[in-house]
Amino acid sequence: MTTTYAPTRRPRSLAKVEARQALGFASPALVGLALFTIVPVGLSIVMSFFDWPTFGERTFNGGANYLRLFADPNFLPALRNSLVFTVLYVPLSVIFSLILAIGLGPRIRGRGALRVLFFIPVVTPMVANVLVWKMLLQPQGLFNGLAQTWFGVELPNFLADKNWAMIMVVVMSVWQGIGYNMLIFSAALEQLPESVMEAARIDGAAGLRMTWSIMIPMISPAIFFATIMTMITSLQVFVQPQLLTGGGPGNSTLPLVMWIYNQGFKFQDLGLAAAGAWILFALIITITAIQFTAQKKWVHYEH
Amino acid sequence: MSTDIAAPTTRAIVSRDGDDHIDPERRSGRAPMTPAARVRLIFAHIAVYIAAALFMLPLVYAFFAALKPNGEMFAMPPSLFGSELRWSNFVEVFEFGPFWTYIGNSLFTSVAGTVVVLFVSTTAGYAFGRLRWKGRDAVFVLFLATLMVPAEVLVIPMFQVMQWFGWVDTYQALIFPFAFGAFGTFLMRQFFRGIPYELEEAARVDGAGPVRTFAQIILPLSKSSIAVLSVFTFLSFWNSYLWPLIVTVDYNSLGTLPVGLASFSGLTGTRWDLQMAASIISMIPTTILVIALQKHLVKGIAMAGLGGR
Repeated sequence: MTTTYAPTRRPRSLAKVEARQALGFASPALVGLALFTIVPVGLSIVMSFFDWPTFGERTFNGGANYLRLFADPNFLPALRNSLVFTVLYVPLSVIFSLILAIGLGPRIRGRGALRVLFFIPVVTPMVANVLVWKMLLQPQGLFNGLAQTWFGVELPNFLADKNWAMIMVVVMSVWQGIGYNMLIFSAALEQLPESVMEAARIDGAAGLRMTWSIMIPMISPAIFFATIMTMITSLQVFVQPQLLTGGGPGNSTLPLVMWIYNQGFKFQDLGLAAAGAWILFALIITITAIQFTAQKKWVHYEH
Repeated sequence: MSTDIAAPTTRAIVSRDGDDHIDPERRSGRAPMTPAARVRLIFAHIAVYIAAALFMLPLVYAFFAALKPNGEMFAMPPSLFGSELRWSNFVEVFEFGPFWTYIGNSLFTSVAGTVVVLFVSTTAGYAFGRLRWKGRDAVFVLFLATLMVPAEVLVIPMFQVMQWFGWVDTYQALIFPFAFGAFGTFLMRQFFRGIPYELEEAARVDGAGPVRTFAQIILPLSKSSIAVLSVFTFLSFWNSYLWPLIVTVDYNSLGTLPVGLASFSGLTGTRWDLQMAASIISMIPTTILVIALQKHLVKGIAMAGLGGR
């Protein structure tokens, strides 16, 4: 009798053992994720409905934070600044890195070294990159110095000028981040099937036409991916304006994350900061969802 | 060949060092070029090298600025070299602020953070990728969902959690909170799933349990993806700014390099020479890392695409 049980019982107990061991393997990650992601997310929702100073009495205010957001003199400008940064930064970064990836084609000598070169600012501390650009953009810095000695032109004071400060934050950010998207596009370009390229060549495609009609459609999934990721990170921009302009002049380069940081850690109003963070999250989700819907029109997955 | 993206690259670098008698077209296995294509290729080289030179200008200029006397930083007309090359600026940086402390803190938290991430990601990746258990897929979806929450949403309540733990101004707070993200687990799970099951079954038949198969079969086979995850994790810890800025108050003893560098720039005020020297110093380790691991980086980005930033 026992022999008939054995085949059915053994796998089941084995499965039990495996499940227990799996729990053992997964538990560090599960505990960490619960403690450092799930709890904070839950807490953040709660906080956003409270008057929650860093120290002292907390009182429920039932959504008043979300109304206070729109009365805050800096919130809507910060929202606008984040969107302006994103609208300027994402296309510039994606287009330049795409041109660069195509330009660094397989026949270019030293392309490996060049790729590393373009990647260096991506990995160096952002603070260091910003300090370098801050020096270049000073009124007596390299850019204005060259413009004056070579052309006798006085350039505007980039970081103190309301119209120029945001442009310079974008320019610096494009310089800093271009190598990352370039590598994504390079990797995609190298995986293009040679047979398709050969067929296009035989059909007489070359140069721009080859790039525009064959290569770009074929790597459109990579372009889509890079666009989404770049957009998400650019809505979260913080370090560049924080250190380059301090959000100024006025609040002309103050983005949403800097507003959240200021509310939470300068003005000690954690509830209002949490409410602002949820608006940012909602914005990111919405724009990402729109992009996923729009991709059907231009992203080709079939090879 | 399709996975080893860097292969043609290294060949191209080698070819610059002399063996010009070999026809480049023959070496790359392509059809010979028409004269027009040859001209186009020459122009492509010129364009790419000019772009690279312009791109590097800020860093090259910063390097030479770090060697100038402070008074000549903004001299007119601007020049690459000052009246002297003051290498002593690089020494003075270390006397000006607790720069060694910043470097030490960054190194310690980055290495410790990487170790934690590797441990957590490989074990969880194994549980999600190769073991069968009830509710596995549902829990994994929850894991992936957390990837969508931006760090900026988390830092406010996370700071509160750190206060409850009494962790503000501690190394734990610099290391743990952002070491449990789902990215590493996701990456390792994807890789583990690609390993043939026969290998594991053979080990099981020989009597090895999951712990032994994990340690002796799966991990040794995963060196390349572990290397990629290590680099991305190390870089993200080394360069992170917002969280260390928030969770440390006493920058003199617990400041990491980016935070130290930022506060240092406030302290020194007009000492641009020292700021540039400090910036250049902070760029050296990551630049070396990237040059040393360039092959893996391209591969890693192709593999994960997602990036660990």
